[in-house]
Amino acid sequence: MGEEAATGVIADAFTWRTFGRAFRFMADNPGLLLDKTAQQVELSAAAIGIAIAIALPLGVWLGHLHRGSFVAISVSNLGRALPSLVLIAFGILVFGIGFWNNAAALVVLAVPPILTNAYFAVDQVDESVVEAARGMGMRRRDVLLRVELPLALPLVFAGIRIGTVFVVATATIAAIAGGGGLGDVIVNQATYRLEGVVAAALWVSALALGAAGLLALAQRALTPAGLRRERGSGRTGAAL
Amino acid sequence: MSEAAEIVFDRVTKRYAGRERAAVQSLSLTIPAGEICILVGPSGAGKTTAMKMVNRLVELDEGDITIDGVSVRDHDPAELRRGIGYVIQQVGLFPHMTIADNVGTVPRLLGWPRARTRARVEELIELVGLERADGRRYPSQLSGGQRQRVGLARALAADPPLLLMDEPFGALDPITREHLQNELLRMHEEVRKTVIFVTHDVDEAIKLGDRIAILREGGVLAQYDTPERILASPADDFVARFVGGDRALKRLALRRLADVELEPPDGLPRAALTAPAPTTLRDALSMMLGAGVDRIVVVGDDGEPLGILSVDRVATLLAAR
Amino acid sequence: MTDAGGPVIPNFGEGSSCVVRNRVFCVDWVRDNWHGTLEPALLQHLKLTGIAVAIGFGIALVTALVAYRARRLEGPIGLVSDFLYTIPSLALFQLLVPLTGLTVTTVEVALVAYTLLILHRNTLEGLRGVPEEVREAARGMGMTPLQTFVRVDLPLAVPPIVAGLRIATVSTISIATVAAFVIPEGLGRPIFVALSSNLFKTEIIAAGALAIGLALAADAALLVVQRALTPWARKRRPA
Repeated sequence: MGEEAATGVIADAFTWRTFGRAFRFMADNPGLLLDKTAQQVELSAAAIGIAIAIALPLGVWLGHLHRGSFVAISVSNLGRALPSLVLIAFGILVFGIGFWNNAAALVVLAVPPILTNAYFAVDQVDESVVEAARGMGMRRRDVLLRVELPLALPLVFAGIRIGTVFVVATATIAAIAGGGGLGDVIVNQATYRLEGVVAAALWVSALALGAAGLLALAQRALTPAGLRRERGSGRTGAAL
Repeated sequence: MSEAAEIVFDRVTKRYAGRERAAVQSLSLTIPAGEICILVGPSGAGKTTAMKMVNRLVELDEGDITIDGVSVRDHDPAELRRGIGYVIQQVGLFPHMTIADNVGTVPRLLGWPRARTRARVEELIELVGLERADGRRYPSQLSGGQRQRVGLARALAADPPLLLMDEPFGALDPITREHLQNELLRMHEEVRKTVIFVTHDVDEAIKLGDRIAILREGGVLAQYDTPERILASPADDFVARFVGGDRALKRLALRRLADVELEPPDGLPRAALTAPAPTTLRDALSMMLGAGVDRIVVVGDDGEPLGILSVDRVATLLAAR
Repeated sequence: MTDAGGPVIPNFGEGSSCVVRNRVFCVDWVRDNWHGTLEPALLQHLKLTGIAVAIGFGIALVTALVAYRARRLEGPIGLVSDFLYTIPSLALFQLLVPLTGLTVTTVEVALVAYTLLILHRNTLEGLRGVPEEVREAARGMGMTPLQTFVRVDLPLAVPPIVAGLRIATVSTISIATVAAFVIPEGLGRPIFVALSSNLFKTEIIAAGALAIGLALAADAALLVVQRALTPWARKRRPA
């Protein structure tokens, strides 16, 4: 596929003007790009939603119990070692092509960072704070909901942010598996020419950044006032 | 390298920007070679600042500090510090080095031959009461008390004539603290170095110090003298309050039955209260009061009576000095 | 249509019966095509990864040192690398194509950008992670600033740095599969070829397994290195 594109593209000029043409493409084809974006958002949102539903409660619960750190770390390592293209390819073999099949593959990708971060976020909450809460007579559930979770929020969100970025990025590749989305344009240079590809690339970057930004805002809104910190190191902090 | 150095503070002053009062104000005192001098006082008294000006971790604003007559300003700071032992409360052992490597740090910085360093390290590890095998372990494997012993060994490694100790036992539990205080005194018997020791604990100061410098807020010297004389005649209200309302009893704790002139041991019933010779006067007084008697028999190692001490005699002793 | 690097698959007439019927995994195909297809792809993949991590590490050391000395710059540098990391790899590749063409350079630039975030952050945290009292003790003992840096700060910064190298290496191996969209190199290529040729299962699984295996092997190897460089981290006080 890349080979075909190469021969076709040598004819296009590799210059800055390509970007100018890309913007013109955007102006000329708003419907196309919006459509594709909507498709990608749909796929990504579904995958993230499912991944959060699976991984978040599990990670938080394990972290609360301080059990299963080995599992959390192993899952994280395995998740990292799974190349997105391989994941999509295997997904095609196993699930075939189609929306839910792609979503399944993306869920597999998003679960590790969310699970691992949720685990460590809760696991690493200051022991003395938890002990003080128990000593005051809070029940287990209250300790988790009123004390551990709020304190764990930054790291949990960092995990969700990482998972989201992975999903958006890989959803782009999922185009080759009939996943739709902006990837459709990017891998199809023959039809859309380089400026179309670049335009779609810019849009998908904006999409990813927008998603990350939205999550950052959500995190800010949900973090209790006393905990808001400015330090940069907490932002993309993945556990290990 | 001299055995011990004489330290002289000459009108030393340190100001920090934006603060009205100086951290240390015109501090002058002389620490004779080989003595343990305690800098003691409440928080904000500038005691740590004053100590850190000796090895130039803090720079002097006015005045001078000399070590054996040579101003600290005449040395390059890093070189100066290699000739001074430095012990801090959190110890600061290098986590990535073994105990032996930690202790040998300064000798290595000074370029000592390996064999000499190794021998010295072994010697010191035993001197501070640890085992040879501990040399191969890492700081994370030791307890707090053991780590501080290593800190001490590390400070002594290059055989410096001066030791600076900044609340070194403050982070330890009372039992360990007492042990290490006794170890320090024992070591000082063997190796007489000049020691400047900072603490906020007046009892520790009295126990360890040959001389005590009491500083008040703003780094002003309130009194500088031996523990006995400070307890007997505090210079002002501040000092009197600082050493505590029980200073007369504290004075008694400084002396032992063995050092005092006793009445001859005759005419006492068999069941009389006894105490061994090394007991402090304070403990002996406490025993007498507790038993409701006014006399105590001092006995030697063999159990033989050496003499009698009465409560009246104790009062007389106190009044005499 | 397809290039000379890969076999023409499957023409439904060539290859063993396993291949013709596109069974899940045909060992004979793997054996036959190892030297022609899989091995070169694997080596290319290794090369792409190695160069990216090496360059990324070199740059990250500099940026981390800069951020370490000049706290003001820490925010901006962090922001830039955050930004780059969020952009999907495929998009980044394509954005670079107009500038650097369909070349290895394009791929390497993108890969280096991705390694930068992880390596910069970990190196910086490593440098920052030295306990204050240890540095004070070093200074008080008479170490010059340079000696303190070399004998204390650096060794203690090694564990987070190696951890960062682990993560960066594994991530790069993973992203490098996408490079096949731009240049015919790396383990992504056989996957691509197989996907566009009627889903030839064996090739997909073989290349995919190689990519995963490579990532896991690199992770394990660097873990061993990390453990070896930090003998003090595993020893704890008995009870």
